Amino acid sequence: MLQRIIRARETLLLGAILVLIALISTRFPGFIAPSNLARVFNDTSPLILLAIGQMIVILTRCIDLSVAANLALTGMVVAMVNLSFPGLPVALIVVLAIALGTAMGMVNGLLVWKLAIPPIVVTLGTMTIFRGIIFLISDGKWVNSHEMSAAFKAFPRAEFLGLPMLSWTAIAAVLLFTVVMTRTTFGRAAYAVGGNPHAATYTGIDVGRTQFWAFTISGALAGLTGYLWVSRYAVAYVDIAGGFELDVVAACVIGGISIAGGIGTIGGALLGALFLGVIKNALPVINISPFWQLAISGAAIIIAVAVNARANCEKGRIILKSAEHAA
Amino acid sequence: MQSVPAADPDPTPVLALDGITKTFPGVKALSKVRLALYPGQVTALIGENGAGKSTLVKVLTGIYQPDGGAIRVDGKEVSFAGAQAAADAGITAIHQETVLFDELSVAENIFLGHAPRGRFGLIDWAEMSRRAAEILKSVGAEIDPDHKLRDLGIANKHLVAISRALSIDARVVVMDEPTAALSHKEIHELYELVETLKAQGKAILFISHKFDEVFRIADRYTVFRDGQFVGEGQIDAVDEAALVKMMVGRDVSQIFPERQSHIGEVVLDVAAMSHPTEFADIGFTLRRGEILGFYGLVGAGRSEFMQALFGITRPSAGQVTIDGDATALTSPAEAVDAGIVYVPEDRGAQGAITALPIFQNVTLPSLRRTSRSGFIRLAEEFSLAREYTSRLDLRAASLDTAVGNLSGGNQQKVVIAKWLATKPKVIILDEPTKGIDIGSKAAVHAFMAELAAQGLAVIMVSSEIPEVLGMSDRVIIMREGRMVAELDRAEMTPETLVRHAAGI
Amino acid sequence: MSPTDQTSDARSAIPDRLQSQLEQRLKSWESLLLLVAIAIFVANSFASPYFLNAWNLSDATFNFTEKAMIAFAMALLIISGEIDLSVAAIIALASTAMGAALQLGAGTPVLILVGLGTGLLCGAFNGFLVTRMGLPSIVVTIGTMSLFRGISYIVLGDKSFQGYPSDFAFFGQGYVFWVISFEIVLFTILAVIYGIVLHKTNFGRAVYAIGNNPTGALFSGIRVARVKFILFLLTGLMAGVAAICLTSRLGSTRPSIAFGWELEVVTMVVLGGVNILGGSGTIPGVVIAAFVMGLVTFGLGLLNVPGIVMSIVIGSLLIGVIALPRLWTMWRQR
Repeated sequence: MLQRIIRARETLLLGAILVLIALISTRFPGFIAPSNLARVFNDTSPLILLAIGQMIVILTRCIDLSVAANLALTGMVVAMVNLSFPGLPVALIVVLAIALGTAMGMVNGLLVWKLAIPPIVVTLGTMTIFRGIIFLISDGKWVNSHEMSAAFKAFPRAEFLGLPMLSWTAIAAVLLFTVVMTRTTFGRAAYAVGGNPHAATYTGIDVGRTQFWAFTISGALAGLTGYLWVSRYAVAYVDIAGGFELDVVAACVIGGISIAGGIGTIGGALLGALFLGVIKNALPVINISPFWQLAISGAAIIIAVAVNARANCEKGRIILKSAEHAA
Repeated sequence: MQSVPAADPDPTPVLALDGITKTFPGVKALSKVRLALYPGQVTALIGENGAGKSTLVKVLTGIYQPDGGAIRVDGKEVSFAGAQAAADAGITAIHQETVLFDELSVAENIFLGHAPRGRFGLIDWAEMSRRAAEILKSVGAEIDPDHKLRDLGIANKHLVAISRALSIDARVVVMDEPTAALSHKEIHELYELVETLKAQGKAILFISHKFDEVFRIADRYTVFRDGQFVGEGQIDAVDEAALVKMMVGRDVSQIFPERQSHIGEVVLDVAAMSHPTEFADIGFTLRRGEILGFYGLVGAGRSEFMQALFGITRPSAGQVTIDGDATALTSPAEAVDAGIVYVPEDRGAQGAITALPIFQNVTLPSLRRTSRSGFIRLAEEFSLAREYTSRLDLRAASLDTAVGNLSGGNQQKVVIAKWLATKPKVIILDEPTKGIDIGSKAAVHAFMAELAAQGLAVIMVSSEIPEVLGMSDRVIIMREGRMVAELDRAEMTPETLVRHAAGI
Repeated sequence: MSPTDQTSDARSAIPDRLQSQLEQRLKSWESLLLLVAIAIFVANSFASPYFLNAWNLSDATFNFTEKAMIAFAMALLIISGEIDLSVAAIIALASTAMGAALQLGAGTPVLILVGLGTGLLCGAFNGFLVTRMGLPSIVVTIGTMSLFRGISYIVLGDKSFQGYPSDFAFFGQGYVFWVISFEIVLFTILAVIYGIVLHKTNFGRAVYAIGNNPTGALFSGIRVARVKFILFLLTGLMAGVAAICLTSRLGSTRPSIAFGWELEVVTMVVLGGVNILGGSGTIPGVVIAAFVMGLVTFGLGLLNVPGIVMSIVIGSLLIGVIALPRLWTMWRQR
């Protein structure tokens, strides 16, 4: 029954997004055109990719503030590799990006697992370190569009069945991680670790190891997104995706993922990201200054967390009642 | 030491521990203990708190790795690297604490870690749900396996825990105080289940405090004391007195302090207190020098009522009058100011700030007295702390020792000292002797009597019948959130208490 | 109770303390950090001939004084088990509010009131959401961080407020005496006040109790929600103070003002030995950490190392100071 409530929470969010789109289309019918919606989805894809990783991390009672810095560093490295070896096939670049991102995620994970340092401290630290390293390797210079090879820039734009590869990557990640989170031992262990770490230990689940893998996945997705971001926007510099980690956390919170761990779904993360994506893309359309976007997403976070907290409160009441009946 | 009967009918134990030692920094939790579990038999593990029972369970289930000694399964030496390894060897445990997951479904709680797999090694939810339903049915639980665990009551959660133990094809089932949170009816159902498991040839380790339970259900016993093996044998060959003697190392009959009650005028008057979900229509008066017992089954709403009286939860209706003044208590701070203090059952989480030193714990609610216009005066604090801790005969290395480093009994003394320092009118003690050793128990009882003699009004919530009978001037019995009886000293017998509490 | 009571009770054999306070202090995190600070100071003076110059050293303090003012309040907040990531956004909003007041013709006294008032209001908003609605502070303040700065962006867009009155410049640029700036004086006063509040008052004791065990503190009659609300107020107020100093120093307001400062403030607090999970930490530790961070920034600046590379050092410090003691323990247990 509760699953239904949780599902209802996601339906609620989906409803909110649809209402939002409907409202916008009354003033600007072009917004609802399939090509435009596809563009919005494509634009939101990087956020979706990172939100998936972040959701898994938050599920295990951690937080990863280093995702945007990881993305930027990976992006810069692959851009510079492309600069030096323009002939390198894109497949290899993608593998390199994922490997690099994974390695950075593993650093976070190891610090949390083996040294038991609070995740917020670890990722706050690695976030600044990763950004600093970008400056060190790039000397503060930009890698611009004309310096990148055509193939490097082409991949995220290449269309398949009318959608660019960037969108397909996000769709693939959503499907893959839905299966991982619902149908594999790791996925269920992540829920168990976040829901009740003490009990997880008694059940034979290694809490630290599970958190390590969550960070690793988050890192891998950030690395992959790093390449996609840099090639799509055809530029790499120190500050790309600056502050994006907060959008990612916001997407998760709006998507109903509990910051206390153990509650949340991939679908929620997807919808949370789409909600922010629709707002971001709608603002210029309905002639509101893009400067409103930050305040709106802030307000959305606060409202979302308040709504989620109230839902949990009501559940608490139900337990008390049933306990009274059982006694 | 009790000797093993010569003609032991059981050939080889399924599981044998030999010379197991486990040391923690500063504490030898287990010292060369042994234990043998036989197929189709229930072995009761008996010992006081701190005897090493919980540590032993954690060693058995692979959560702790012993520092020395051997674990043998079917005579072969094994070692468990983790909880999974122990489960793989067929050892499963129903733990004292809830080790379940509120946010996961019942089926998943049962199968977490060994879920049935389908194609590509993915978890087969349909199969999991089907098998969970089977197991739940076999333990007589009518629970939908697809429900979330958080929707279940305590008793049903317990059945899920048992189902989980059964889902592993276990040969050894460890039950760590399985009846602690159950009602009478549920306890009987549990006994039946244990019989079923026995019949299936499983070896059962049954850990309990309650002697009636041990004699009712066990075939064999093993006694630990202070982390050491004391004795073992057939349950038929001993009586309660012998077991108690082994357990505590001396003859103990629980003696309660003789006391002459000097009951004075009414200090606390509670009228028609109710709460939306926890309790309804509670009303009583309490006089100076009186000890008022609150008896009931676990979950009868006693602690919930006390916490409302102390201002932690907000009641929906009712009136509290202290010394003739009607008072609305909306926070513990106000309750303390009004002269009501509460010694909670959960010392670690609610009673003490375990990371802070003793003197700071004692002075925490009295800081206004030890400070000058908000500024701390350490000398005053130490002197106040010393005064009250010495009254309670606290044992500690120094007053700036963290409370967490003290034994359970001494932690309880710190909590009581903290409240006495506020010079209260009414002190509520919630299960004051739960989980503390027999020596400290007697000290707490004696002190309670002393407090009453000094004119303090005492409310004692207790689930231990001897304690209620031995200490109370009057007892109120609660069931399902309501007062069902109020008995004076002459009317109190074990039978009346149990009858009213269970509603028979 | 008179002090003579202390020795009169024969039943008590428990001493007050086993270790002297001096001994405890010498072994503390703060002492270690002080050694680090001295080492950096010495290294700096060898590395650059410009370092040991009174004016240069005075300039160096501007690197950390404003952040440290917030860090004092943040230290109390983190010790109590909460966190406020919106402080930099509060600076932006307070600065924007001051700029707006300036446009309406406000003079310096009104600007100060507007800055402090905005800070208090923002703190009250955070405190309300956390203590009244029971929401987790980390999420709430990530949200208000976007909200507060977002309002600045709505008001200012890509423009800026300028033309602050000349007497307003004193707070960020003025000197009280010789090389002693107004900011360093304010920093010192606030350090003393917060040190006393945390370590010498009942309020400070309540903060530690709450951070160690909020339930236990509530059950001990501490007004947990009220204390936490006050801490959010104080943090907002300090962000307002920092906004005044920073706006005065820069002489202009942009919505991107103090961007990313929340992380530097938290780093300062954690580097100062405050447990990010709550329950322990000291103001002297935070003061020393402020100097460490200021000295590192300044020293690297003298060596022409760009600012962003600083972030590598700060990030490594943050992780290193927690990781190294743990690695050391692990290594010793082998």
